[in-house]
Amino acid sequence: MSDKMHIKLTVNGEGREFLAEPRELLIYALREHLNITGPHVGCDTSHCGACTVTLNGKSVKSCTMFVGQANGADITTVEGLGTPDALHVLQESFREHHGLQCGFCTPGMITRAAKLLEENPTPTEEDVRFGMAGNICRCTGYQNIVKSILAAADEMNGSEQGQTVEAAE
Amino acid sequence: MIPAAFDYYRPTDMAGVLALLQQHGDDARVMAGGHSLIPMMKLRMAEVPHLIDLQDVAGLDQISLSAEEITLGAMVTQHTIINHPDLVQAAPILREAALQIADPQVRYMGTIGGNVANGDPGNDMPGLMQCLDAKLTLVGPEGERQVAARDYYEAAYMTDRADDEVLVAITMPVPQGGFAYEKQKRKIGDYATAAAAVQIGKADGKVATASVAMTNLSDVPVWSEAANAALVGTECAPEAVKAAVAAMLGDIDPSEDNRGPVAFKRHVAGVVLTRAINRAWSRA
Amino acid sequence: MNDLTPNREERTANLKGMGCARKRVEDARFTQGQGNYVDDVKLPGMLHGDFVRSPYAHARVKSINKEAALALPGVVAVLTAEDLAPLNLHWMPTLAGDKQMVLADGKVLFQGQEVAFVVANDRYIAADAVELVEVDYEELPVITDPFEALQSDVVLREDLAGQTEGAHGPRKHHNHIFTWEQGDEAATNQVMDSAEVVAEESMYYHRTHPCPLETCGSVASMDKVNGKLTLWGTFQAPHVVRTVAALLSGIEEHNIRVISPDIGGGFGNKVGVYPGYICSIVASIVTGKPVKWVEDRMENLMSTAFARDYWMKGKISATKEGKITGLHCHVTADHGGFDACADPTKFPAGFMNICTGSYDIPVAYLGVDGVYTNKAPGGVSYRCSFRVTEAVYFIERMIEVLAIELDMDAAELRRINFIKKEQFPYTAALGWEYDSGDYHTAWDKALKTVDYEGLRAEQAERVEAFKRGETRKLMGVGLSFFTEIVGAGPVKNCDILGMGMFDSCEIRIHPTGSAIARLGTISQGQGHATTFAQILASEIGISADSITIEEGDTDTAPYGLGTYGSRSTPVAGAATALAGRKIRAKAQMIAAYLLEVHDDDVEFDVDRFVVKGAPERFSTMKDIAYAAYNQAIPGLEPGLEAVSYYDPPNMTYPFGAYVCVMDIDVDTGVPEIRRFYALDDCGTRINPMIIEGQVHGGLTEALAVALGQEIAYDDLGNVKTGTLMDFFLPTAWEVPNYETDFTVTPSPHHPIGAKGVGESPHVGGVPCFSNAVQDAFRAFGLRHTNMPHDHWRIWQTANKLGLHD
Repeated sequence: MSDKMHIKLTVNGEGREFLAEPRELLIYALREHLNITGPHVGCDTSHCGACTVTLNGKSVKSCTMFVGQANGADITTVEGLGTPDALHVLQESFREHHGLQCGFCTPGMITRAAKLLEENPTPTEEDVRFGMAGNICRCTGYQNIVKSILAAADEMNGSEQGQTVEAAE
Repeated sequence: MIPAAFDYYRPTDMAGVLALLQQHGDDARVMAGGHSLIPMMKLRMAEVPHLIDLQDVAGLDQISLSAEEITLGAMVTQHTIINHPDLVQAAPILREAALQIADPQVRYMGTIGGNVANGDPGNDMPGLMQCLDAKLTLVGPEGERQVAARDYYEAAYMTDRADDEVLVAITMPVPQGGFAYEKQKRKIGDYATAAAAVQIGKADGKVATASVAMTNLSDVPVWSEAANAALVGTECAPEAVKAAVAAMLGDIDPSEDNRGPVAFKRHVAGVVLTRAINRAWSRA
Repeated sequence: MNDLTPNREERTANLKGMGCARKRVEDARFTQGQGNYVDDVKLPGMLHGDFVRSPYAHARVKSINKEAALALPGVVAVLTAEDLAPLNLHWMPTLAGDKQMVLADGKVLFQGQEVAFVVANDRYIAADAVELVEVDYEELPVITDPFEALQSDVVLREDLAGQTEGAHGPRKHHNHIFTWEQGDEAATNQVMDSAEVVAEESMYYHRTHPCPLETCGSVASMDKVNGKLTLWGTFQAPHVVRTVAALLSGIEEHNIRVISPDIGGGFGNKVGVYPGYICSIVASIVTGKPVKWVEDRMENLMSTAFARDYWMKGKISATKEGKITGLHCHVTADHGGFDACADPTKFPAGFMNICTGSYDIPVAYLGVDGVYTNKAPGGVSYRCSFRVTEAVYFIERMIEVLAIELDMDAAELRRINFIKKEQFPYTAALGWEYDSGDYHTAWDKALKTVDYEGLRAEQAERVEAFKRGETRKLMGVGLSFFTEIVGAGPVKNCDILGMGMFDSCEIRIHPTGSAIARLGTISQGQGHATTFAQILASEIGISADSITIEEGDTDTAPYGLGTYGSRSTPVAGAATALAGRKIRAKAQMIAAYLLEVHDDDVEFDVDRFVVKGAPERFSTMKDIAYAAYNQAIPGLEPGLEAVSYYDPPNMTYPFGAYVCVMDIDVDTGVPEIRRFYALDDCGTRINPMIIEGQVHGGLTEALAVALGQEIAYDDLGNVKTGTLMDFFLPTAWEVPNYETDFTVTPSPHHPIGAKGVGESPHVGGVPCFSNAVQDAFRAFGLRHTNMPHDHWRIWQTANKLGLHD
């Protein structure tokens, strides 16, 4: 076993510090040191995207990043996208359009979609399908996920409030 | 999947990287985006007691462009290549190829240096670098040297780079003429069943220059001089393309895997190359 | 009190009952990252378990040296079969009447088999310790082919040496498991011998895997002070796990609490009992601490339950006009090293005997031989009722082959052989009684919607253009018509380990008029918390938004057999409706008392009881609930609760008509799905939004299986498709948009007429995608080629037909 490192991260706007072995994967560090359990491990080999977080402005697969690599980074997970009282448009849209079933891929899906819409606020269906191709869903067949993201884009473009809508119901 | 323990280093300059490599020899590996190395470490197929992360090494993510030459720092990511307007303008084939590598998340992390350096026959950039006649800049204890991409690959995971050298930059002439990167794969995220990089220069209605390379059809990328020769001077008509394909098929040596048997791969290699040549010519 | 607003329509809408596209109540937690899956369970002092697995497919385990592993700081225990033997837990019973090694007992029978279980303070130390366990193997000859297994002198299951009788009758060979025969073979052969036309075909339905996005895992916590064991895990049938755990461990069942938390997809993968569950329990008992075991993806694909792997040989006879006269089917079933199929006990090949499909076939025979090989055990129903995907694939391919033999249009051939509407309930040649159906209406609607004749004309033009050298793309029109058999099942013939396959619902109405209902099922994404509340809302007149649905905790939920085989709606859904009706019956008495009339003088009206003929005199369910707890009503106990255990009188038989239009690049083997139309008839529709979502998902899993998803082995028994690089799970980029449609033919015996839908699209989808590929080559002489239709196999088909010359 190697020595533990002093890890400092900003996660969902909050400074977090802990000791970890450098080999610990970012996904486990988030889940086990910080109790941020939205991102999940699905495939272990960077194919499924269930572990997707935003790290320094990039969508990354946190199962394929050592916590040492992430040291110092600014990270956003699904938990940081909205609050129960002010959901992110995508969180609302996935519910509205039945963009999820078992929910296991959903945090990674929504986190990735948020970045996609940030970089391309007016995507076509093809843009969404290509831009979401790093995230696997076993339940929905993607049709309603694509619909949810396109609807969220419309909502965000039409909404004065920008990123959030009030959780109306 | 849990990797074995290692010591982690994040030097801020090349001197620091080289010193660590000197100190730990075979036990040390440098890592760029990590998307080839980390899965191997997690599967415990790569043992790396000392891991040197290049992310803080200054200057490795630079892109410089002149009228004649493009230089990409080794840490330039596929995502940057796709979204860099000037680079896309100067060498659109880079974007066309990068878009066919892995998936969006992996492209944020995956670097051109990592893709080129380790000699993985499945990677897309090595063939493309051969097509574009790129020169790889390696830095080691003896200083800096350049190796042509066309001379760099020796066998699967075996390259001209010594263990104590690091790839720091890739320089290539600004490509001229029409281009195409054509790749057949089973799904997003897969390596190529067959892929072709083609750059064709046109003068007076004829092929003036041609450079053709293919990926994942041998244990190294295959840049075929015979295929190039078959195109130059022709009007790129079907018989010339056929001759180029025949030449390339003489140079590749695919092996059977889950993507299919050799006969299939050879056939698809021909189809993919034909399409790439035709598309490049149509853009020339 | 007597205000009649809101009106009846508004009151019905407020209920959010059956038929409404209610948004899911589950989604709030999932979209905010607040789901609670097994790997989210974290207990104080929790240890982590990890397996040493066999790199060999067949080997003798000569010795296991755990010293080095035990010496690693942080390692608490290393368990082997030797440690489990005194507890008699080194083997466990399978759901199929066989037994399976929990940890290698002298030998290993498949690559990835569990050999030792390491328990350590964290997952990192556990993984390091796995590397330090030294196992001395002696390699044995490997058999991965079931036909070879039946000829070979190599004995795979030495523990069964000399046993000529298995759980399902005589064993013909030391690697043979069972023979299962249905129907009348002599009569079938007689029909075949004198038939005008006979078509024969052999087909292999390849091995694949359900591969839910969440792998399997468990957390066991033995509280030695109170003698209670709590087990969280990825269980599609938590009550069955509790009973099995009690039988195996000797802990009394009331001292075991099994909890299925949120489950990240199941698709059949989480029905079985795995060595990891047992080892986490034993490790917790041994160490006195909670022990977590969560497998990684490679372990999941290599060792937990696979699906399919059926070698099917078929014969179908017909008149010259195309009227089918008989069907003969023989299956050689590769079960791997142990028979761990998850089927009802009396059905060792599941409901494969639904293989006469949607057709009126007078006589049929099915014979299945189960065989041991050096592959992983399993044989679960991957998004289907027991072996129904195999059955439907078989008949839908045989129909296509017969159409070729007869030189007939395959849509027309189906039409003239469908069971007619007026024949229902219809008893098939292999014994099942189909409850209801209207196949002709569904088929005609499907063909009309897709302009079937237009597609055939376009296809014919394409063939000509191809022959003229104008295109290299062929066009396939894939058809399938399927009948599922779901909702296992009647206790008289369906049980698992002796437990009848009923299901249950328990309802408590709270004094203020809201409710909680608990069921014996467990959602893995199907949205039970949403849809079961809708059933209840319609039955008891309380808004679905005021009803909590709870599942998965055996301490609180009534006993049930769980969720798989599309059984939740047919069985637990029925229990829910019937429990609701018990509530309503008592509510009627309370209402009559409150309204001061005779019980028979009030009637139920959406959310209230009204005095017959006087709608302004009513008592709402809210009033009734309050009165139930707060008013002394002569002759009635206080409270408003009900329990129902439902033993279905029959299965339900959902059906559907699918059409797929595909273009195929003959030179690269790349298929492109241009259109997919899916008409489903699942009887009464509870939530159209959820039905549509289930159809999209099932079709996508069908696409995967048909076009590339397989568990492949090399000759040494090495798994060639152990990661998601090689095991095909399509992304959004490879999947088309689907058109969905429906007809409604309610089940006559189900309390609300619902039939179940979750698995239909997979069952019907696989043959539809496959038929599309094969149909593209029909004009060039293709009769049949096996799945998966990945690029190289499609290319190979074209190549063999001479299309590359």
